[in-house]
Amino acid sequence: MSDAKGLTRQQMCDRLAMEFEDGWIVNLGIGIPTLCSNYDFGDNEIIFHAENGVIGYGPLTGAGNEDLHLVNAGGQHVTLRPGAAIVHHADSFGLIRSGRIDVTVLGAYEVAANGDFANWKMAGQKGGGIGGAMDLAACAKHVFVAMEQTTRRGAPRLVERCAIPVTAKGVVDLVITNYGLFAITAQGMELKEIAPGISVEEVKATTGCALIVPREVPPVKMRG
Amino acid sequence: MKSKIFASFADAVADIPDGSVVGFGGFAVVGVPINLYGALTKQGAKRLTCVSNGTRGGATMPEEAPTMEWLIRNDQVVKAICSFTAPTRASQRLALTEYVDKGLIEAELVPQGTLAERMRAAGAGIPAFYTPAAVGTELAEGRETRIFNGREYLLEEALPLDYAFIRAWKADEAGNLLFRRSQRNFNPLMAMAARVTIVEVEEDFLPRGMIDPDDVHLPGIYVHRMVKIPPPPDGWWPMRPAEVAKYEAERSAR
Repeated sequence: MSDAKGLTRQQMCDRLAMEFEDGWIVNLGIGIPTLCSNYDFGDNEIIFHAENGVIGYGPLTGAGNEDLHLVNAGGQHVTLRPGAAIVHHADSFGLIRSGRIDVTVLGAYEVAANGDFANWKMAGQKGGGIGGAMDLAACAKHVFVAMEQTTRRGAPRLVERCAIPVTAKGVVDLVITNYGLFAITAQGMELKEIAPGISVEEVKATTGCALIVPREVPPVKMRG
Repeated sequence: MKSKIFASFADAVADIPDGSVVGFGGFAVVGVPINLYGALTKQGAKRLTCVSNGTRGGATMPEEAPTMEWLIRNDQVVKAICSFTAPTRASQRLALTEYVDKGLIEAELVPQGTLAERMRAAGAGIPAFYTPAAVGTELAEGRETRIFNGREYLLEEALPLDYAFIRAWKADEAGNLLFRRSQRNFNPLMAMAARVTIVEVEEDFLPRGMIDPDDVHLPGIYVHRMVKIPPPPDGWWPMRPAEVAKYEAERSAR
């Protein structure tokens, strides 16, 4: 991790997972977002969709128990929950484009105050890795982002305008970083909750855009 | 009717001409036609346009398992159409990157859903379609968009193939196919977009009538040539992560 301060990656994903509602169809991007499926949803039924056509997958399999015909979007071996279904890629993205996905959680390099975000191409890179991100970002009902507060070099990832090519414009609702929870509002980027041990000044100093900070910022809600 | 069953991968790909457009199924190793990649590399057809989700599968395959990377290193590819044209991990090095940097290959980057739909459209006799994916991004610059019901969509064209190389779980002698779990992915779409489909099949061929018509994932009319995958080490099969580690350790000891 580039910055060990604040929330762990699992705590970040737990916080986003708390926003998932009973019956939601959820698509998790590769990297940090996959940890959202570790959250205990209790009586709420969450249907995890993977872009490779798996509807209703469950936890990762243990070593030695992998089903070699079954992976999630990140190529990790997963299990199926009772009631799961499999479709081919065109149907998988058909359900994405037609708005069946309630939320997609994606990783990102940058998120801008206007809801633009960038996650497929680094500065100066030739080519890129889009995967399903552009389809998901353009079409999911909600787009959440999970990422570190800053780059390894300490540059802000929360910015006024994306400096690198965007994945989609104006789509991000909610961002979790190791420093806190941020909402993209009509007025701009708002700090909603702050990580334990992090001050508002530290958040401001590591954020590259104007930040709306309420008088009282509650701590990030924790599991249990 | 001539049998669709071929004795070897070499026989099944023997006549692929230079300049062909070939689509490969598979997603992160699962359903990747590993053996057909190897056979096409040996066959040596040049100036290929290759279509696949990426040029390499995931980490759960040994480095020396055949992929599109083999065809690239063998100077057989002029164009790659993929949803990943850059490494997905900082540690990863792709032949594609090297060849694109040298100006030897053109790489066309396509959002994954658009790639799938371009194959589906080709197989459905639809020349083009509009999609919301990539609107407002660098990929849409200078291209035709249109507003429907107040929302902007990007025009994308069907992508017909000369050949589809795919992998299936079970097949009957009529070429009807079943895929298992996430093995289905791009495989039926590549077949439906292609003039000729070549399949590597995991299980022994079933007599006609042994697959219930209601259960067929891809009808045999889309399938032209099939080869049964031999057991390892003659045939390539996906491995568990621990098996990949063991394989790589043995290889470096050799």
